[in-house]
Amino acid sequence: MIKKLCLSMLLITCVTSVLGNEAPTLAKDPILEKRVKAISLELRCLVCQNQTIADSNAGLAVDLKNQVREMLQKGMGEDEIKDFMVERYGDFVLYNPPMKGTTMVLWIGPLIMLMIALAVAVRIVRRRSVDDEKKRSSADTDRARELLKD
Amino acid sequence: MPATRFLIPLIVFFAVCAFLWKGLSLNPKEVPSPLIGKPAPEFTLPLLNEVNTTFDNMDMRGEIWLLNVFASWCGPCLDEHPVIVNFAQSSEIPVLGFNYKDRPEAASQWLTRHGDPYERVVVDANGRVGLDYGVYGVPETFLIDRDGIIRYKKIGPLSQTDVSEDILPLIKDMLQ
Repeated sequence: MIKKLCLSMLLITCVTSVLGNEAPTLAKDPILEKRVKAISLELRCLVCQNQTIADSNAGLAVDLKNQVREMLQKGMGEDEIKDFMVERYGDFVLYNPPMKGTTMVLWIGPLIMLMIALAVAVRIVRRRSVDDEKKRSSADTDRARELLKD
Repeated sequence: MPATRFLIPLIVFFAVCAFLWKGLSLNPKEVPSPLIGKPAPEFTLPLLNEVNTTFDNMDMRGEIWLLNVFASWCGPCLDEHPVIVNFAQSSEIPVLGFNYKDRPEAASQWLTRHGDPYERVVVDANGRVGLDYGVYGVPETFLIDRDGIIRYKKIGPLSQTDVSEDILPLIKDMLQ
């Protein structure tokens, strides 16, 4: 029993030590690290597509973070770094897609949807209020007739 | 009026269906490469098993060649390996191996075990050159023309269909 317990404890520690293997952060220069983090948050990790490279510990994400750090150390700006990434990985690497012809649907689509929805809503509301008025007026005349009968 | 009332939602429904159906057959892992039509990034890398010799891709100017990114740790590389071996045997086009983020011993062993189709194998141990080529999903394959322009890129395992439908026609085109 104790043996089993020891074994399972050992297994758990093995697993957690594997899981706990986080990307090494070079905390030597906090200002630099902050900038690396800020840029990493805008770059997509292509291996784990729905994560930024800041969130990911995949090999490629670590490489790209190192690349960002190196470029910042060389004194390159954020735009230069992003251009560098786009040249190699395409627009998809950017978490915020740029405004261009091919991404117009993405940017304007929701707006158009909203406008269509609004137009439909306005039409329905208007029609309903007209119907209500008709109903009310016929109800009123009925009542009037009823009263006049007496 | 009742007819259109009935028709419009039906049309919208089918349009949504068409988009979703199309979406099912798309592979989100296939990101269009911005490198196609651009010069292959220059590199000088050591050769596998001959650490003191380096290879410069500028030496391939004037030749059409295939660059195949592989690693011994990569499962899908093994899946595509027969396709690469077959291509190397049946084609005049030299195939260069690009050993990505791997241990040289492991790569050599892997090639001994599964067959070595490559004319030469360059070693990119830290993935630095791979980054220039936008490598993110090993295996990847690049077809480079005589002027050093990347004409085709496949992310993920190359299939026999890719070879016969994309690569061979492109090569035929380039040879004319």
